[in-house]
Amino acid sequence: MTAQADDELWSAIGDPSRRRVLDLLVSHGAVSASWLAGHVPFTRQAVSKHLAVLEQAGLVSRRKQGREVLYQVEADRLDQAARAMGDLAAQWDRRLAAIKRLAEATHAEAKKKAEEE
Amino acid sequence: MADLLIEGEVLIEAPVEVVWRTITEPDQISQWFADRVDLVVEPGAHGYMEFGDQGGPVVVETVDPPTRFSFRWNHPQGEEPVTGNSMLVEFTLTQEGNERTRLRVTESGHELRDWPDAEKQRYADEHREGWGAFLDRLVGVVAKHRSG
Repeated sequence: MTAQADDELWSAIGDPSRRRVLDLLVSHGAVSASWLAGHVPFTRQAVSKHLAVLEQAGLVSRRKQGREVLYQVEADRLDQAARAMGDLAAQWDRRLAAIKRLAEATHAEAKKKAEEE
Repeated sequence: MADLLIEGEVLIEAPVEVVWRTITEPDQISQWFADRVDLVVEPGAHGYMEFGDQGGPVVVETVDPPTRFSFRWNHPQGEEPVTGNSMLVEFTLTQEGNERTRLRVTESGHELRDWPDAEKQRYADEHREGWGAFLDRLVGVVAKHRSG
């Protein structure tokens, strides 16, 4: 993933309103912007803006069906996003484990010293 | 209120002051986080963290010893980190007895802005499990698409 694509992805999924839109697309499949606007606490204009950002990040694609434009999630890109999130969570687990080891070792050493004195 | 992306927690058998030093002293930070840390732990201080051949600026936000420490990073070089172009890492330390500390970390992105408080609350309630549930659904959808 290039740094710019990475930024776009993070920025796209970092916003809770957009995640809400994504959530709806994940659970309902291909739907129109008007349908989405009826299921979120923000305006039709905001929905369109969010869809544009999600599309730019490759997370969502659109197709025409009759007179309607339907939006749907891009599974591969979502998979990539899910992996990136999972990696980040795993990184923090490792860091927290390291902090625990360090702090406990420091503390044990200080206690030992205090006992010796 | 920031929207959570990642949250983690660990129970440490050490006093809160020891944990505080572990997460805020540069020579300690370099043992669990970055390879090289150039940072003064003061609110607003600009620092730098190096990871292998990569690195980036860090800006300290909150320093409230020994319970709260936060910084922003992952913002574009040369720009001031603000909500929207950076990630916020927040540590919260809670003493749980003489020699035990609960350390919680969150890394969050954009904030819940432009929403009335009632909506924020509703959203928070619906998304109590946060990323876990979202990722489960993502993974489920991906599996469905793959098999379909």
